[in-house]
Amino acid sequence: MSGHATYQPQSRFMQWMERRLPIGGLVYSSFVAYPTPRNLNYWWTFGGILSFMLGVQIVTGIILAMHYTPHVDYAFNSVETIMRDVNYGWLLRYLHANGAAMFFLAVYVHIFRGMYYGSYKEPREVLWILGVIIYLLMMATGFMGYVLPWGQMSFWAATVITNLFSAIPGVGEPIVTWLWGGYAVGNPTLNRFYSLHYLLPFVIAGVVVLHIWALHMVGQNNPTGVEPKKDTDTVAFTPYATIKDTFMMIVFCIVFAWFVFYLPNYLGHPDNYIPANPGVTPTHIVPEWYYLPFYAILRAIPNKLLGVCALGASIAVLAFLPWLDTSRVRSARYRPLYRQFFWLFVAVCLLLGYLGSQPPEGGYVIAARICTVYYFAHFLIVLPLLGLFETPKPVPNSITESVLHGDVPLGASAPPPAKA
Amino acid sequence: MTQQRTILALAIVGAFALPLAADAQQEHSHETPTPPRVSWSFAGPFGHYDQAQLQRGFKVYREVCSNCHSLSLLHFRNLADPGGLGYSEAQAKTIAAEYKIKDGPNDQGEMFERPGRLADAFPKPFENDAAAKAVTGGALPPDMSVLAKARGYERGFPLFIFDIFTQYNEEGPDYIAALIQGYREKPADMKIPENAHYNIYFPGQMIGMPPPLQNGQVTYDDGSPATVAQYAQDVAAFLMWAAEPHLDARKRIGFQVMVFLIIFAGLLYFTKKKIWKEVELHPEMLEKKS
Repeated sequence: MSGHATYQPQSRFMQWMERRLPIGGLVYSSFVAYPTPRNLNYWWTFGGILSFMLGVQIVTGIILAMHYTPHVDYAFNSVETIMRDVNYGWLLRYLHANGAAMFFLAVYVHIFRGMYYGSYKEPREVLWILGVIIYLLMMATGFMGYVLPWGQMSFWAATVITNLFSAIPGVGEPIVTWLWGGYAVGNPTLNRFYSLHYLLPFVIAGVVVLHIWALHMVGQNNPTGVEPKKDTDTVAFTPYATIKDTFMMIVFCIVFAWFVFYLPNYLGHPDNYIPANPGVTPTHIVPEWYYLPFYAILRAIPNKLLGVCALGASIAVLAFLPWLDTSRVRSARYRPLYRQFFWLFVAVCLLLGYLGSQPPEGGYVIAARICTVYYFAHFLIVLPLLGLFETPKPVPNSITESVLHGDVPLGASAPPPAKA
Repeated sequence: MTQQRTILALAIVGAFALPLAADAQQEHSHETPTPPRVSWSFAGPFGHYDQAQLQRGFKVYREVCSNCHSLSLLHFRNLADPGGLGYSEAQAKTIAAEYKIKDGPNDQGEMFERPGRLADAFPKPFENDAAAKAVTGGALPPDMSVLAKARGYERGFPLFIFDIFTQYNEEGPDYIAALIQGYREKPADMKIPENAHYNIYFPGQMIGMPPPLQNGQVTYDDGSPATVAQYAQDVAAFLMWAAEPHLDARKRIGFQVMVFLIIFAGLLYFTKKKIWKEVELHPEMLEKKS
């Protein structure tokens, strides 16, 4: 499994360089010769899409920061100046705001793909946990970015979320005051959010490097969940994965552009075009769509402290997924029961998202409670038990065998399914 | 297989969510009706502002709305911006000069008034919010610069999903046009405080703004009907432009970007197919090679 070829610098300069800083060799082994399972489907292209989106966010963000003023009196109007008077400022801002949404869209596909194919299982636990850390950092970054335009939703989202810390017994209030830099959400809060919003993407980039490093250590999982065993199980990253990833990246850009150019405010809330006003509370304070499932979990629990704990636990539980899933088979392809539960879990997450957008009253609260219980039950009851009771279907001996002869191992009694 | 599962999952979600959505709609339907949809020239992928309509809307703003509502983020120079009202720079200058702008302090340290210039922002009708409230009797007339994007209404499930595909994004101007025409006789059993007015589209049905427009109030130069319905649409379109002055450019560039991306994606797809052909059609070749 050393890969398909080793790096031979062609030019005199690169030969000279390679003896001093072997960066050519690093790039070659990581992005050219790196063996990638030959049976990867399009769900595996979202890692590349996510790296691309991080780049888009950093580039547009740095340019926006050149024009933005982080001050409670000027922030709203400075964003409007970007929209009106900065050359293509409207494009930069819409790219950045919708880019955040697309970033989350891609990360959710990426996470669910990992769950479906068991990509978190041994030996990929650290790879998975690094992913959970990236997701947490993304949530913090996205939240602070949403505060910066200093509209009504910015202000009230900041108030609601920072107030969650006041639920901590004893030290809650001092912590909130410390977070705010005052006795209410104000200019110091905006300033530190801006500072952190600029910092965290680079922390994300750092953890992404670790994530990719860990990935290159253990190799990619694949739809069969069977580790590559010989050279025919894999193809070289370039050109095979490169062209496939690039194609999907452009397809993803079509969706991205659809929102940026035709529905730039669809994913936002109209109230955020009203300047922040501490004296007027919006009728419904709702976060951005990508936090809605967690918001539903938070509000499903009547006790504030327990609600905050549930919110934290709903994300923290992801980090323990490698040990909660007791099945020895990775891919849901060979786990008929898990596959049903997986889609039920996806449906529950989507429904939680819808419930998070609705006012916390009547049937919505009851539905949110049922979904919250199921969300945790999926991780804490279904996954541990499923591994013990489920009879998995026979797993192919190798990737090549699965590609050549269908998904049934040679010698198995079941007739091979017709290849699509 | 996977597709069937996805459909199944969506069906489960639908089964859960539909009755809830229906509940929610019933709950709100006897409160606030949905604003009727106007067919705006700026809607859809090829939408662009109607210059004549923006000019009419500006006339309504100038003669009526501007008595109470500021437009503080707009400058007179914007009147000559491409993709907007279509005035020439000279025309915009003339309009600006019709306004009195407070400037200063001068060499004597005193404030003074002078005719407006292109670089000036539209002057505010009131010195401050307190002065505005004193005149209106407590209600603060909102600034109109981004009003068309700051207003809207809940679309509800499943309409909000369809909107992604139909590109419906005009809740703001629809709401504004409806609101202007939304004044009715108040129901007999409803108590309304002094200085408030009954408007079916306003959340809570009690609005501080009196009916702003009457038929024939503003005289149009282009022969368009001088009706409240016409005024309402024209001023809503004008406010959409004020809130989103680069919409024309956005949709034009958007189309170019889309054409590029689709062609590029097509080329990449066939390149990908060619590169993978050997692996996919003759997987055994690789086996022999190793």
